[in-house]
Order: sequence, then C-alpha cells, then structure tokens
Amino acid sequence: MSREITITALKYNPSDKNSKPTFAEYKLTETPGMTLYIALTKIKASIDHDLSSDFVCRAGICGACGMVINGKPRLACKTLTSEFKDGKIELLPLPTFKLIKDLSVDTGSWMKNMSIRVNSWIEAKEQIDINKIEKRVEPEVAQEVFELDRCIECGLCVASCSTAIMRKDFVGAVGLNRVARFQIDPHDKRTDSDFYELIGDDEGIFGCMSLLACEDHCPKNLPLQSKIAYMRRKMVKA
Amino acid sequence: MKIKYTEALIIGGGLAGLRSAIATTKKGLDTIVLSLVPVKRSHSAAAQGGMQASLANSVMGEGDNEDVHFADTVKGSDWGCDQEVARMFVQTAPKAIRELASWGVPWTRIKGGNREVVINTKRTTIKERDEAHGLINARDFGGTKKWRTCYTADATGHTMLYAVTNEAMRLGVVIEDKKEAISLITENSQCYGAIVRDLKTGELTAYVAKGTLIATGGYGRIYKQSTNATICKGTGHAIALEAGAYLANMEAVQFHPTPIVPSGILLTEGCRGDGGVLRDKDGYRFMPDYEPEKKDLASRDVVSRRMLEHIKKGKGVKSPYGDHLWLDISILGREHIEKNLRDVQDISKTFNGIDPADEGKKGWMPVLPMQHYSMGGIRVTPKGESVNIKGLFACGEAACWDLHGFNRLGGNSVSETVVAGMIIGDYFADFCSRNDIVIGTTVVEEELKRQDDYINYLLSLDGDEKIYDIKDRMRIIMQDKVGIFRNGKDLDDAVRELSELLEKTKHITVENKCRLLNPELEEAYKVPMMLKVALCVAKGARDRTESRGAHYREDYLKRDDKNWLNKTITYWENPDDLEPSIKYEPLDIMKMEMPPAFRGYGRKGQTIENPLSKKRQDEVDRIKAEHKGDRYELQEKLMPYDLPNGYKAKNERLGVSYE
Repeated sequence: MSREITITALKYNPSDKNSKPTFAEYKLTETPGMTLYIALTKIKASIDHDLSSDFVCRAGICGACGMVINGKPRLACKTLTSEFKDGKIELLPLPTFKLIKDLSVDTGSWMKNMSIRVNSWIEAKEQIDINKIEKRVEPEVAQEVFELDRCIECGLCVASCSTAIMRKDFVGAVGLNRVARFQIDPHDKRTDSDFYELIGDDEGIFGCMSLLACEDHCPKNLPLQSKIAYMRRKMVKA
Repeated sequence: MKIKYTEALIIGGGLAGLRSAIATTKKGLDTIVLSLVPVKRSHSAAAQGGMQASLANSVMGEGDNEDVHFADTVKGSDWGCDQEVARMFVQTAPKAIRELASWGVPWTRIKGGNREVVINTKRTTIKERDEAHGLINARDFGGTKKWRTCYTADATGHTMLYAVTNEAMRLGVVIEDKKEAISLITENSQCYGAIVRDLKTGELTAYVAKGTLIATGGYGRIYKQSTNATICKGTGHAIALEAGAYLANMEAVQFHPTPIVPSGILLTEGCRGDGGVLRDKDGYRFMPDYEPEKKDLASRDVVSRRMLEHIKKGKGVKSPYGDHLWLDISILGREHIEKNLRDVQDISKTFNGIDPADEGKKGWMPVLPMQHYSMGGIRVTPKGESVNIKGLFACGEAACWDLHGFNRLGGNSVSETVVAGMIIGDYFADFCSRNDIVIGTTVVEEELKRQDDYINYLLSLDGDEKIYDIKDRMRIIMQDKVGIFRNGKDLDDAVRELSELLEKTKHITVENKCRLLNPELEEAYKVPMMLKVALCVAKGARDRTESRGAHYREDYLKRDDKNWLNKTITYWENPDDLEPSIKYEPLDIMKMEMPPAFRGYGRKGQTIENPLSKKRQDEVDRIKAEHKGDRYELQEKLMPYDLPNGYKAKNERLGVSYE
C-alpha cells in the first residue's frame, strides 16, 4: 500500500536580495524503498524545478548530501522515507557550513580549509623508488589506518558539533580524526610534536568539549570518541 | 568579461584529473583543476573492488607479470583495444600502486602463513609466503588469470581518491569546486581553454590555457538504470564533440552484472572475486553451466548476457521491478564480509533491508545487470592528445585511449585513472611547457559572448516541451533500445527518436528565469549535450553490424574481424545537425603483439576470421621461436612502444627480482 508523504524543505537563496527564508511543502506518493534522494529527485522534476540540493553518488559513499532531517544531521541518500511513521519529513541545510541555496551548502570550501590547516597529507619519510617492491606494512596497521581513512568528509560531525558553531576555525572531529590517521601511518615521518604544532590549540584538539554528537551522527561509524581522546593524550605529552 | 590565464587547465577532479594535475605541477606548470563537486566526492570514490596491477605478491598471483596482465586485457577487450596502449598501461600499473602506497593508500596487506578463502564455493586453505608478509595483497576478479586486484576492503576508489587529492593539495594544485566547463575555446582546430560556469554564482569566465585536459569520467546517466553518480552525464564528451573533436567507440558501453535492484547501486565484482556466486529463483548456481572454465568470473559482458539469457529461460526471480537474480556472498562468512565487503553489506542493509552475512537464502541480494562504464570517449593518441584538435588532451574514462576496447576488465578502470594520469599527465605537461598561448582576445571574448547569448536564448524560449520529460524519454530509449541485447530495428528507432528529442529541446520553456543557482536552467543546457552523446552511442551501435565485447547484436551474432576490426569515430559536423557523422579508424593486425583469437570464455566459433590474423600469428610464432633473450627483448621485437618519465623501467617482484 502506498501512502502520501509530506516533505517540508527550507527555501532560501542568500545571493538574491529579494529572497527570504521560507518553508515549501511538497506532497508525494511514497514508492517502495524510497530514499530522500528518490523523493527529492521526483520533487525537482515534477513539483519544484527550483529546489537545490547536493546529491552525487546516491549510495552513501561520497558524503555530498548531508542535511538536517527531522532535527538530525544525516545523509539524505541513505535515509528511507518509510522510517518516518507519520509520513512527515522536515529538511534543513546543514548548519555551520555556508549556505549556497535551499538544502545545498558549501562543505567543499570548509573541508579544503580544514585539510590545509591540519596538513592532511603524508609527509614522507623518504623518496621512494616506484620500480622496487613496496615498503612492508603490518597487515593490522594497514587495517587500522584504513578504519580511519573511511571518513567521507560529509560534515555531519561538524554540523552536530557545538564547538564548531562557536569557533569558526575549529577543525572538527573530521580534522582530528584525519590527524590521528596520519599519526599511525608508517609512511608519515611527522612526530607528535609536529602534530602538536598543527592541532595543539583551542581550534584543534583542546577545543573539543567531549559532547560527542560527532560520533553519534557519523554515517561511517568511525571511532571518533576514542580517537579524539587518543590524540588529546598524545598532544598533552608532546 | 572575465578572463583567467593558466598554463595547464584540467577539467574534471576525479582520480585521472588530479593525478594529471600532480604531473603538471611537478613540472612547474601553473595548473587549475575544475570540478563539478568538491573533488573528494568525484565518482572515482565509488570504485569499490580494487585496482589491477601485476605485483604477484600473493601466492595466488605468483607468476603474474606485465605479459599476463596484457593478455588478459586484450582478451577482455575482445581485441578492440589499442595493444600499444595496453602495454603502456600494464607496464606502469605496478609503479602507480607503489606510488599510491607511499601517498598513504592503506592497501590491504598479506599476512604470511595459512589463510582460508572460498574458491568454487568451497572453503580452501592457501599458504601465503612468509617473505610476502606485509606486501600488498590482491583478490580475484573477472577475466583474469591471476589474483591481481589490489584493494582496501571494498572502498578502494575512496582511499585512492583521498590519497591523490591530499598529495595534490600538498603540492599546492589549485582546485576549483562547483565549476562547470560548458564549451571549449578553439581556433583553427586548436584548443585554448574553456568557458566555465560558476555553479555557485552563475557567472561565466573564460579560462585560457596553453593546454586543456578533459577528465570528466563516463556518460552512464544517459541510461535510465546506471550505477554511475548523478554527475556522470557526459558533458565533457559533449563539449569536445561540439568543438569538433572525434569521439570513438561510443557504442561500447559496459553493463555490470551485479548492481542491486531496484536502486542500481553497485555491488562490487569483489563479491564474486572473493568467492560469492550468482543463483537463480531455485537457488541454483547457474553460471558454471554456461561458462565451465571461468564460471561466475568470466568477463562482465559475458556474465551480464548469460544472466539475461538465464532469466529469459524463466529462471529469474519475480519482483515488482521485473525479474532479477540473486548474488550470494553469505557463503564467505560474516567475518570476511564485515572486514572486506563492508560497504556492500551497508548498501544492502540500508537500501534493501538484507544483511548479506545472514546464512542461506535470507542473505541473498537481488541483482540485475545495469549500465556501469563507458569504454568509448574522446579519441586520443597514445600520448593522450585528441587526434584532431591540437592542445586538447583527455584521460581516464572520458577518453578512448584505448585500453579497454569493447569490454573493460574489472579493476582496470580505477587503475587506468592513475596510470593515465601519470603517463598522459606527463605528455600533457610537455605540451604545455613547449607551447605558448597564441590566441587573440577577440576569439576568447567571442566564445564567452556566444555562451552568454546561449544562456539568454535558453531562458527566452517559449515552447510547450518540458526538458525533464525529454530527459526521461532519452534515458528510457537508451535503456530499452541501446541496452545489452541490441538489434537493427530498435537501434534505428532509437536514433530517430533521439534526433526528434534533440529538436524538441529547442521548443522548451525554462520557467525560472534566474541566471544563477537555477537547477532548471542547468537541465536546459545539459540535456541537449546528453542527447548528442546518446546519439553517438545509438548511431555507432546501429551501424556496427557485428557483436564484439559489450556490443551485442542479436541480428549479427558474430565478431567480424574481417569487416569490423576498427574504431567507430563519431563527430558533429555542423552545430545544427540532429545526428552525428560517422567514420571508421582501422586497427592494424600486422602490428599486434597478440593477433585476434578466441577469448577463452563466451560463445565459441562465433568469429568471422580475418586472414591477416593467422598471418600475423605465424609471424609472432616465428619471432618467438627464433628469439634468444629475455621477455622484455621479445616484447620489444613484437610491438615496440614508448613511455615517458622512466616508466619503462622494469618492475621488481618478489622472488624473481626484475625478471
């Protein structure tokens, strides 16, 4: 049995002086297995051509489609409409990020600034010869790095973070997790005191108030709580 | 009028574009990368199963080398590829993966000693060599002789894309997000950059560059059902086409056997590589009946067709979305799935409510072949330069380089992105270093004005047609008439209908007249581009009266080496044409290292032989028999090829050194 669902979305174009924030309401028939990606695509094609949102992979892999869904930051493409028993879904753009229009926010610039701020790359120990057999890595260590490398920069941790709202330059759980990832990577030569230079302040590791909404909302279930605690211990000693 | 100057302009911020940008930046060139989305969200991130490179670390890869990888790739392509390019690729792939390791890709590593794997549905113990402990591991993939596909669980593209983006940022590559190239600036068949629309402000800017490289990925979204991301619309192909560039083999479209039903999200070939199997409505494993040797792991074109063949026999599972088959990975065990196939598990749980680690039927996932990869693309030389527009380069899925011919092997595309980025990126950098910009400002301003006028024109249209309906219709036509099984009548209809749709795009109305942040306006300029690409696919398929790789004609069942050993070249002669012009570029058998033969899987005795195949084979056999020396010298005798930047150096392997 298909039912009618109601999706309410914020509409606002900050670059247009005449635009004022309003809520638009869309009614549509739910189809089996409907996700918010499917629902919003349908709305854009047949009800409101003007609605902006960000979808890329529509499979929970690329991290583009974060939005606040009935009060919680989530990936829209992985959210099934059937979850909402009363059939009412309210959509808001992610806070903290610059609003582009409606449900579309500029996570790209934020993540780029964060990446440069925490030097999110390998600082290599040595120049390698790519013709030679690769450097050995313990399988468990590679697995551990991979666990932290699974972050998709969706920004849900930042959108759920109180510090990020108060401190514009806070690197967020995404940034701290990134540093933890390089800290354990055997290809990286940086020491704890090098990492301290990058995140040993209130915009970095000491800005976290341990409220841990980041971990609650992480769609990849990253161990953000324990990694932030781990980095804090390391940085206190550094 | 805004004009921006750079030395190297790269359109597309996936793995191919970013790796090329690293190559140009390392050569000291000012480089700008343009991307529709923040680059870490590019479709490269969705590559799951792995990257082929003949490292031969695992015991199941022992004996692997460039020669074996080359042979697999040529067979996979159904002899449609450029063998010289395939050689360039297999030689560089081991270097690419080692470079990526040093940039932080946490490749899954080998643990020395016994490990349990599933082969042919049976649990088997294999013993990894102790001296391989800590080296990069590999899994089995379709159409390969050895276990050669290196991986990070099933998020390989993601970790590669992050590592390459991070390295590009370290080098200070300028990356501009939310920028879309809508036309190329050309004069006298030379490209000088692109007109670019800022997707955040709607503003148009001319980017003038010494060289321009397109790395915009595939065109899967012209199909109704595709595993591709929403951004894979082929607009990079379209701007090249509109600038007069040749596209090649556009009809060579790959359908992946195992996207999940109905969402079309991919479940990696690694599922079957690791030992998963396909089952029908009775739970019966049917692939060994069709393909006794490679079973579930024949090449993708073959498995996809066998699946549909089996469904036609009434063996499909009925569902509201039509018939499908099952993919069973439950036999691999929960531990394996939760470690190596966790995204697959996540996708299946989220979108279908099925935990594939649940034992027996409960864990089976519904699958059906859908569009997955575009073998065709902008026709380039082995150096990556367009064959007919100077200063225009292309690499990765956007290009027809041509490594894949009429069917790509799993694990060869994500590998191609970085390998082509290394090779073509290097040649592209050389081009940019050698050439100065010699173009008048008037030409640039004229093109900018033309695009500006075009957007005003679109907004001024006042017709009854709806752009969204036109797009939906196009995607249905492609799905129904230019799909896995093709025939002359349907393809004829498709070409005609697509042409009509292209005409209809001139009679639409864009309701919202705003020039910026207007998704409807974006549809209005993108859909005609997509239609032109779709027409190249449909017309190429209609005129190719043979079956080769993924291009399968029910009315021409044989691979016809006598008449069709060539590349389809489609191009747009006049802007107002409603379909592309078409011609053919022959492949030279007498230069092949591996002359056409049977692939080893698929239907036997279905080839119309070219007499030159035997002649060349005899010649190859003679050279081999007379050869004294190592395999590198032999290869050089059979088919010499070039590589830049020392990439031709031999690759070291465990136990055999550089042999």
